[in-house]
Amino acid sequence: MDIIVCIKQVPDTETQIKIDSAGTDVVKDDIKWIMNPYDEFGVEEALRLKEKHGGSVTVVSVGPKRATEAIRTALAMGADKGMLLNDQAFENGDSFSAAKALAAAIKTLPHSVIFCGQRAIDDDNATAGAALAHYLGIPQVCVVTKVEVASDGASLTATRPVEGGNLLIRAQLPCVLTTQKGLNEPRYASLPGIMKAKKKPLEEKSAGDLGLDPSTVGAAGSKTRIRKLTPPPTRKAGQIVQGETVEEKSAKLVKLLHDEAKVV
Amino acid sequence: MAKNICTIAEQRNGELRKITYETVSEARRLADRTGGSVTTILLGGPGIGSKAAGLGAYGADAVIVAEDEALSKYTTDAYCQVIAALVKEKSPSILIMGASSEGKDLSSRLAAALDAGLAMDCTALDLDDNQNLVATRPMYAGKVFAETKFADGCLQMATTRPNVISVAEPDQSRSAAVEKTPVSLDAGSLKTELLDVMADTSGKADLTEAEIIVSGGRGMKDGENFRILEELADVLGATVGASRSAVDAGWRPHRDQVGQTGKVVTPNLYIACGISGSIQHLAGMASSKVIVAINKDPDAPIFQKADYGIVGDLFDYVPVLTEEFKKIKSE
Repeated sequence: MDIIVCIKQVPDTETQIKIDSAGTDVVKDDIKWIMNPYDEFGVEEALRLKEKHGGSVTVVSVGPKRATEAIRTALAMGADKGMLLNDQAFENGDSFSAAKALAAAIKTLPHSVIFCGQRAIDDDNATAGAALAHYLGIPQVCVVTKVEVASDGASLTATRPVEGGNLLIRAQLPCVLTTQKGLNEPRYASLPGIMKAKKKPLEEKSAGDLGLDPSTVGAAGSKTRIRKLTPPPTRKAGQIVQGETVEEKSAKLVKLLHDEAKVV
Repeated sequence: MAKNICTIAEQRNGELRKITYETVSEARRLADRTGGSVTTILLGGPGIGSKAAGLGAYGADAVIVAEDEALSKYTTDAYCQVIAALVKEKSPSILIMGASSEGKDLSSRLAAALDAGLAMDCTALDLDDNQNLVATRPMYAGKVFAETKFADGCLQMATTRPNVISVAEPDQSRSAAVEKTPVSLDAGSLKTELLDVMADTSGKADLTEAEIIVSGGRGMKDGENFRILEELADVLGATVGASRSAVDAGWRPHRDQVGQTGKVVTPNLYIACGISGSIQHLAGMASSKVIVAINKDPDAPIFQKADYGIVGDLFDYVPVLTEEFKKIKSE
């Protein structure tokens, strides 16, 4: 089975977000970068499918040079090879233009299952996986917590949590799956894994290498752009409920929620 | 030129979901400023058309109904095929749908198919001087908000987060023109199939749609102890959530996690019990209308965000609060 995992390098979740002077981007100096946590589930699931069904795992990312660190992390976990789509033409695009670049790259690779994180924790778009599936002309199952590939390798079944329950969906292969927490527990890269990763193939491709017209990707190909970033509405610390006893404070709080905040 | 707006209705088991009324209400507010019309597209199984006219009271001028057994339950392939064709035919300037599980799945694929711009999971929609959509959406789970603009000439699509758009007071004097459209699906293009729907029988709203959430963190000490939060939630009609540390400890399932790597929630009331308030957790719940924190540590960061705080042991307070809420509910 030829499995592709699309990954994105994102700021660590601990990062305090600061808005840049132009007000349209966040300050990216001195940020600790990590693999998008939802993508780790994709890497792990790809490795498990390979262990069960054989084949190869290729990791693809769109990003600047530093994104090779995220690809190396996936290689250290056990993926076989990496591909970085790195070109100025890819920069500052929305997730649809990133998906176009990914689709062009994946078309050059054998693929039966493609994993993407269900969303990236920086832009929170939750769109790249479905867009990629459309550009490849294949089905998608978004936000999956369980995957089983049929023994004939022609289809898979996946569980997808939705409001009020779970759906069980069968999809023909090739297919895009977007991964959700609960799918698995991603393994850590072992020391031998990290050593081996350094020798694994990692190709770089430009827009030209993929036959992409630069005006269709990156900022030029995007249908949306950020006009302005603003900090979230400030929340001030409210009141600490005072009282002598548990009963007194509890009764006071309930009264405040009922009479003042009017939420119960 | 008047800009027309489309919305996509969401139904489950033949009943319209609340998000449908939210998006129609918002589309009406915008259309009143653009001078355009609101058309809602409603897909479902046989009989779904009976729900269409009622949307007029919320602001739809027209409802296009596609009824077919194959559309009784949502599938990406079939819905995308039918809706993409209808949207192309109506060619609206703006398309609004809900950022529910279904809406996120469909909107992304639809936007790619229609070569549209898409702003996902918006908390506010507005128009600029040229009547173009300006969509505000949280990024980094709410650590920053982005005003999003669309490229010239493309279809402007936005999904709105459940519970943030107010539903208009229905005006029963208004009615929508209902138009049934024939459905012809290209069976060969349907590459996914819904095999089973395993309904959650708890009767509790999903965290992303819940109006009240009672959440527990590391201070709960054990999964068993969440029982007292369940009891409080039962009284309030609330859904129980959890912090990442409680989920990682195995006390609660992943679907209960609130925060940057879990669910981002917008309830009217969020009660955080034994949650200190990591930056990731605060990002996920800071858009709650009212926040209550119960924590032993008076210096816990959660108190900087909470509207009301109790410094104390949650095991002392939660059972007493449950009784107090019971009293007020029975009044």
